[in-house]
Amino acid sequence: MKALVAVKRVIDANVKAQVKSNGSGIELANVKMSMNPFDEIAVEEAVRLKEKGVVTEIIAVSCGEAKCQETLRTAMAIGADRGILVETSEELQPLAVAKLLKALVDKEQPSLIILGKQAIDDDANQTGQMLAALADLPQATFASKVEVAGDKVNVTREVDGGLETISLSLPAVITTDLRLNEPRYVTLPNIMKAKKKQLDTVTPADLGVDVAPRLKTLKVAEPAKRGAGIKVPDIATLVEKLKNEAKVI
Amino acid sequence: MTVLVIAEHDSATIKSATLNTVTAALACGGDVHLLVAGANGGEAVKAASQIAYVAKVIAADGSALADQLAENIAAQVLAIASNYTHILFPATANGKNVAPRVAAKLDVAQISDITKVVSADTFERPIYAGNAIATVQSADAIKVVTVRTTGFDAAAKEGGSASVENAAGVADSGKSSFVGREVTKSERPELTAAKIIVSGGRALGSAEKFQEVMAPLADKLNAGLGASRAAVDAGYAPNDWQVGQTGKIVAPQLYIAAGISGAIQHLAGMKDSKVIVAINKDPEAPIFSVADYGLEADLFTAVPELVSQV
Repeated sequence: MKALVAVKRVIDANVKAQVKSNGSGIELANVKMSMNPFDEIAVEEAVRLKEKGVVTEIIAVSCGEAKCQETLRTAMAIGADRGILVETSEELQPLAVAKLLKALVDKEQPSLIILGKQAIDDDANQTGQMLAALADLPQATFASKVEVAGDKVNVTREVDGGLETISLSLPAVITTDLRLNEPRYVTLPNIMKAKKKQLDTVTPADLGVDVAPRLKTLKVAEPAKRGAGIKVPDIATLVEKLKNEAKVI
Repeated sequence: MTVLVIAEHDSATIKSATLNTVTAALACGGDVHLLVAGANGGEAVKAASQIAYVAKVIAADGSALADQLAENIAAQVLAIASNYTHILFPATANGKNVAPRVAAKLDVAQISDITKVVSADTFERPIYAGNAIATVQSADAIKVVTVRTTGFDAAAKEGGSASVENAAGVADSGKSSFVGREVTKSERPELTAAKIIVSGGRALGSAEKFQEVMAPLADKLNAGLGASRAAVDAGYAPNDWQVGQTGKIVAPQLYIAAGISGAIQHLAGMKDSKVIVAINKDPEAPIFSVADYGLEADLFTAVPELVSQV
């Protein structure tokens, strides 16, 4: 069976985002960019399913500017077989990405579609669920365990209060949570091999999708800063402060 | 203008996240209706009808709704969606699971995790792990929104007298089914509703130490127990204790972080707490930059001492 994974190029998880001084967004010039960590988990899961003999081909998809090719090469270095870049310089919001992915799902007919549960830039947590709705497929979000059995997949999900397991008929959409797996380090030979793998480029127009943003960002601002607190010398002082100054215990 | 709030419930009671979402709904303006979709949820419907300022409760009952499967709940919401200008979900695991399905089917953008209603079409939401606050405006006819519960006070549980309307439950999608649930059993308050949270990090060293050191403090303060991602990844604490950008977002009256260095992803989940206490050996730990009271100490001696003194 085919698996399709979606990967997004985002600010590196170890970089602190800085708001642009004109309030129009986040400073991304000369900032380290990487694959969204949850998407790395998605690729890793697909590769593990391929190693188990469940999946036969893995297609990685990224939507955005030409630089997303780097993200696709990383996905192919982890083990994806080929990549598709949906190239556009427009701002892409989750609904638009879901529509682009839906068009590719129609074309490629994968049995499993795996995405990260959220991207660490817009923190939207929408694309997988939207894709599932548009393609009329069942979904399992926040996956911590995935087991394919015949024409079904059992997914354990991280939910409020614990874990829940659901069974979906294939094809299905899965979004990954942190505990699903630990992505492997990409090795130099695999990076070299990835450079030779097939990478196709299409545009939203090729797929017949209108990606015009629906939400207008009026401004982006720094959050309110917390006033600096004090250091206390010992537990007795701490307890005294909590009781008499903060009055929280 | 009428706002629909999708209630989070366990058939018997309405979860507190619903109450914060009602407050956000009132800020949007217009009447507020509450959808309680479930199976045998009579008690939850009764509780819902008593929430202050709710005009109407729509009770959808059916076996397909029992386990809150996203496909079926979304279909139930879509059946009545056209009556509303806004559809609000609490930004809980359930709400986040269902809301985007509804938005996509309506062909509207979703506004995730709002912390403020600026006007009926404009909202504030944190992005980049809370390192920036975006103000976004929607031009869509129906606004589908998830509400970060820490951004809004809880509406009063009682004092309302909403009318109750019964709706036919939707049929099962046939594409997904519920298999089982492993609920973390705990007598402690839920993290998102707790007034006090004590949270432990990787410095605890093992699941046994985590329990041995942190649990007595939680018991003493009647607090919820939280953990950093590092502690959860290491297996010291269950997944639903994780506080942070991609875990639970909390804002208790008092948050005590022990042995947590304070990665930006963790701070994103707790920096709106009223009072923050940090206990850490490392004087350079970033957690001290958001703490009201910082104590440089070894948690293995400091936490038991705190237990004996509060």
